[in-house]
Amino acid sequence: MSSTRMELVCPAGTPATLRAAVQAGADAVYCGFRDETNARNFPGLNFSTEEMAEGVRFAHAHGSKVLVAINTFGRVGSVDRWRKAADAAVGCGADAIIAADIAVLDHVASNHKQIRLHLSVQAAAATPEAIGFYAETFGVRRVVLPRVLSIQEVATLNREIRVETEAFVFGGLCVMTEGRCYLSSYATGKSPNLNGVCSPPEMVSYEEDIDGTVARLCGFTIDRYAPGAPVGYPTLCKGRFKAGDKTSYLFEDPVSLNAGSMIAGLKAAGVTALKIEGRQRGKGYVTEVVRAFRKAVDAVEQGSDGIEIDRILAGQSEGGRQTTGAYKKSWR
Amino acid sequence: MTVQKAALTLGPVFFHWSRARLTDFYRRIADEAPVERVHVGEVVCGKRMPFSDPAWPDIIERLERAGKEVVISTLAAPATVRERRSVEELCTDERLIEINDITALPSRSGRPFVTGPFLNVYNEGSARFLIDRGARSICPPVELSLAAIGHMAQAFPQTEFEVFAFGRLPLAISGRCYHARHRGLHKDSCQFTCEKDPDGLAVDTLDDQEFLAINGVQTLSNQVQAFLPIPSELTSRRIRRLRLSPQTADMVEVARTYRALLDGRQDPQSARFLLSCLELPGVMVDGYAYGKPGWEATASI
Repeated sequence: MSSTRMELVCPAGTPATLRAAVQAGADAVYCGFRDETNARNFPGLNFSTEEMAEGVRFAHAHGSKVLVAINTFGRVGSVDRWRKAADAAVGCGADAIIAADIAVLDHVASNHKQIRLHLSVQAAAATPEAIGFYAETFGVRRVVLPRVLSIQEVATLNREIRVETEAFVFGGLCVMTEGRCYLSSYATGKSPNLNGVCSPPEMVSYEEDIDGTVARLCGFTIDRYAPGAPVGYPTLCKGRFKAGDKTSYLFEDPVSLNAGSMIAGLKAAGVTALKIEGRQRGKGYVTEVVRAFRKAVDAVEQGSDGIEIDRILAGQSEGGRQTTGAYKKSWR
Repeated sequence: MTVQKAALTLGPVFFHWSRARLTDFYRRIADEAPVERVHVGEVVCGKRMPFSDPAWPDIIERLERAGKEVVISTLAAPATVRERRSVEELCTDERLIEINDITALPSRSGRPFVTGPFLNVYNEGSARFLIDRGARSICPPVELSLAAIGHMAQAFPQTEFEVFAFGRLPLAISGRCYHARHRGLHKDSCQFTCEKDPDGLAVDTLDDQEFLAINGVQTLSNQVQAFLPIPSELTSRRIRRLRLSPQTADMVEVARTYRALLDGRQDPQSARFLLSCLELPGVMVDGYAYGKPGWEATASI
């Protein structure tokens, strides 16, 4: 087992959430600027340059770090906007930049050697060769691992690479290799890589009929709910579809990731940092989840057993169904 | 400067076709299809490689004898030691290699390669980086518009930019095998069930709208991309290649139709009609090329 303490990396969509995450015990907070340079480009979310600088001051005063996500792919003819976002993150005193686009990585590596570079999950680097390429070419210090690897594969990978790894433990779950998925733009014209959004809310519609509620994305039916049943958000890859003679949640059930029971395993696998997804989430949610995971991570570090960890995280389900995702090989 | 006519590329087969089917397919392509360049090799799933690997040497020889330029495509998501080693070995080939994951770059950097639609080249910054390392042709992700690809092509006149013009669109790749999941199996014991669907398995919505298709770990569009430009739409943007992606429909006829279109012997409207006469697995769309949702069609038959 590695002797260093695992870092808890928490989401912040707003300055208030950043303060909440820091106060709840986040070792690091990740956030983005209020534009298409980050993968959670939703209305009412994210930071101006001034708010970012203030957020960094607050986090540093409380012993936490700020990681700035500039993790979409620069638009043709406007890549300077992405480069300037990186310059602004450095100007704000951020501790690291999380990037996926080679153009952005190249700019930071050439012009801001003093700042840490983290490779975003959107770069989908899952092999020693790919990770080695980013480390040697751009000096990347940490890789956020694609959510398609089993815990055994994470352990093997960590033995073969010399940079830190960060693994998702809680929140939304992409079932497709991130950064390589165009399902959202196929249906709606907008996508994570192009616009920093997936299955965008302005394309969502709900319609009531005698059979209940239909949830659609840009006119495509994603799921149907019986009268009175709780209605979900029509994220494309969590929909119910017909294939052959079967109707099913073909890609993934409407579940979210909770790998809380695998924290000890991830530590043994050599993971440096644990990441909670959810920059679109509110202050209350972030406070509660971060607090619980803070306790769980500390308990793992002190050698508590699995039953104790499960007890600590028992409340973190929001009533929805959860999965440990690809970490267990049977998921595939 | 003289304006160059666009060339045709036959992309790699995405589906799990038997050795016999692959051999027959490429024999006809070699003899009859008016395409300049042909991609061979497995891109989607490393588990299929033991089946198709023995077929490639003869296929390559046949294609080269027929005067085709052969490009060897590599896996989009190599994961196992065996898959990674195969990518590394293929990268030593003297022929042009198609890179579909950054894993291949360290083994190929400094020697010529093609970047396939699975590699994220979204702008002139990342294009320049890859061109400096050997990228000779760039086929960007399918969601990029003609205007965006044209912008990059104008910036790098020495590099061939290629548009994914025909076939079901490759939309996503996963660690999970959907064919296996659909049939109640796991990826590790999948029984190669994807073999039963040589164009992928159609995925419809609960309201019977045609939507997607699955092909093992890959998700494609149900609809068939059929981008049919007038030649000047390409030449004015310096776009030098169109990629045709193999389906079970008559690809020789598809190639002939596109050849006639690029030669100015056929207008887009008649080309669209000719394609609609083939047994395509879905309706024709071209939304992505024009910056719209991929499933939209900007023209009708």
